[in-house]
Amino acid sequence: MVSFILRRLGLMVVILFIVSVIIFSLVNVLPGDPALLKLGQEASPEAVEKLRIEMGLNDPLYVQYFNWISNVIQGDLGRSYIDNTAVTEILKQKIPVTLQLTVISFFVAILIALPAGIISASRKGTLWDYSSTLFALSGVSIPPFFLGILLIFIFSIGLGWFPPSGYTPFWQDPMRSLMLMILPAITVGIRLSAELTRMLRSSLLEVLQSEYIRTGYAKGLREKGVIFKHALRNAMIPVITVSGLQVGSFLGGAVITETIFAVPGLGQLVVNSILTRDFPVVQGAVMFMAFAVVFINFTVDMLYSVLDPRIKLSGGAK
Amino acid sequence: MSSKDQLAVKNLHVGFQNKKSFTKIIDGINFSVKKGETLCIVGESGCGKSLTSLSIMGLLPKTGKVSEGEILFDGQDLTGLNEKQMSKIRGNEISMIFQEPMTSLNPVHKIGWQISESIVLHQKLSKKQAEEKAIDMLKLVGIPSPDKRIHQYPHELSGGMRQRVMIAMALSCNPKLLIADEPTTALDVTIQAQILELMNKLKTELHMSIIMITHDLGVVSEIADKVLVMYAGKVVEYSDVKTLFANPQHPYTQGLIESIPKLNEEQDELPIIKGSVPSPDEMPKGCRFSTRCPYATNACFNEVPPMISGEAGHQVHCWKYTECWEIVEKEGLIDAGMRETAAASQLIGS
Ligand SMILES: Nc1ncnc2c1ncn2[C@@H]1O[C@H](COP(=O)(O)OP(=O)(O)OP(=O)(O)O)[C@@H](O)[C@H]1O
Ligand SMILES: [Mg+2]
Repeated sequence: MVSFILRRLGLMVVILFIVSVIIFSLVNVLPGDPALLKLGQEASPEAVEKLRIEMGLNDPLYVQYFNWISNVIQGDLGRSYIDNTAVTEILKQKIPVTLQLTVISFFVAILIALPAGIISASRKGTLWDYSSTLFALSGVSIPPFFLGILLIFIFSIGLGWFPPSGYTPFWQDPMRSLMLMILPAITVGIRLSAELTRMLRSSLLEVLQSEYIRTGYAKGLREKGVIFKHALRNAMIPVITVSGLQVGSFLGGAVITETIFAVPGLGQLVVNSILTRDFPVVQGAVMFMAFAVVFINFTVDMLYSVLDPRIKLSGGAK
Repeated sequence: MSSKDQLAVKNLHVGFQNKKSFTKIIDGINFSVKKGETLCIVGESGCGKSLTSLSIMGLLPKTGKVSEGEILFDGQDLTGLNEKQMSKIRGNEISMIFQEPMTSLNPVHKIGWQISESIVLHQKLSKKQAEEKAIDMLKLVGIPSPDKRIHQYPHELSGGMRQRVMIAMALSCNPKLLIADEPTTALDVTIQAQILELMNKLKTELHMSIIMITHDLGVVSEIADKVLVMYAGKVVEYSDVKTLFANPQHPYTQGLIESIPKLNEEQDELPIIKGSVPSPDEMPKGCRFSTRCPYATNACFNEVPPMISGEAGHQVHCWKYTECWEIVEKEGLIDAGMRETAAASQLIGS
């Protein structure tokens, strides 16, 4: 167990290092001069050149990378080119927003997918099953911008149940914060729930064919007991994998949804910073996302061993 | 049906319903098991042994259906019960052990939990008491240090151990009838012998009836009181075990017994029954074994053989033992009168 964790931590460091190199290179091949952008189009070439030297932009790339990464390791992600605030400060504001959206979306997804998956697997071939398959299909294929606008149209403009867009931090006004988050969370969560429903259905159907399920019935369990005590836990293993991958990508920010609902999360931050060539912010934000994804994968692996005792978290080869 | 019958299966028909048609697999079988008695069902792969046992349990696959007949357990017809009533009987009064010990236990739950589950379900004991009972059961089936084993997962146990756990689970509510569907096929010979010995011991201790399904006649000779020989969904011979081995009547049974390897005899080649089982849609009209039977005549192909009874309930379904066999053999034809004499024939010499 300990050696498994150490091994995974080592792997995480390697992955994050590689990611950092890639981010840095990609950001630096973007066209556009941050110094010029900062000073405005009318600035004199001398002034721009002076600023470039100040910002270290004329140093060879590997020197720039080294300077950046050694600061990152010390927890200093640099300062925004635009307004000179520390990148860590910016992230501190944005991460809770995205985190809140992610958690609520995931909750929405699970709330829909668990019952839908269970019902459609146990009532295979019935109207229930077809409806949930239809739901899953539309959920996966409907574009988020369309769904988002549709939801605003129906529930904010039409019914007036929820405010259409904006953001209030949770600790300032929990109720309003939640109300604002519900529509974006549904927009993001529906897609995941559709995918999870499909996964859970097929995985449950497979598990329900197992001999130990027959044993469950032979013991005298009814269908409900068999599904909840014997099938579900086995069926959740592939579902957890997909959830992990998806939640990882949510943490990268749901750019379109955040834009539609004016949720000031990480996705918006990255897009805006790319447009303004605010390299330190882009790099810092993407580093955080990479970290989040790696961390979630780690958590998923730990969950496996909780769900399935046959998977041992040992130091040996997998 | 005698009053001591624990289970009596009467004229059971089982088949599968697909979109268009109903394929009958089991075609009118009859047998009974007395209290404390062991019945072995033998027959080659695909003859419907598992379907028979699953019908008794009410656990046929979704498309499977009992289309005719009765399954009387303690005099009550199980085919008429609903899911809720059946679930009270399963695991409680009738238990079943399956063919595959490696996959019949849930991989994500501890052994102790899995055994206690049915105890809690049927006997309304507390978790703690159920766990103690589980330990007792494991002790009963000969698993060393059961108090530690209950905290292990199935993958930490060998195949033989797992089958013992299955047996412990099946016996945990003192069932009146235990159905064991080839419980030892997946295990190696020494373990197999241990499990059989265990079942014999438990049968006398707990005074239950057993239906043991197997295609191994060695197993039959060790454990059976009565034997039901099935071929392609029908009974071909039904007898007590001594009579069957001493005096097998049906050509199929004779073939099975001859194909047991004998150590003390010089045999170059084991006699085998030639050919293979016909598929349900190309079943011969008459005797189902006729396509492979060395004695088959025209009559055998076209007319279902009558049941001939002998001493001590010995039954065989074969034209060869009817009083009109000589004529049948010569002419290959049967008329109504012969059908009547045939049905009234008595099996002699058994
Ligand atoms: N789900 C099913 N759908 C259709 N046909 C089936 C199904 N299950 C079994 N059968 C058919 O029923 C017949 C009897 O099957 P069964 O499992 O009872 O055989 P068996 O005697 O137990 O054989 P074995 O010794 O191999 O276990 C087989 O010919 C098989 O093709
Ligand atoms: Mg079978």
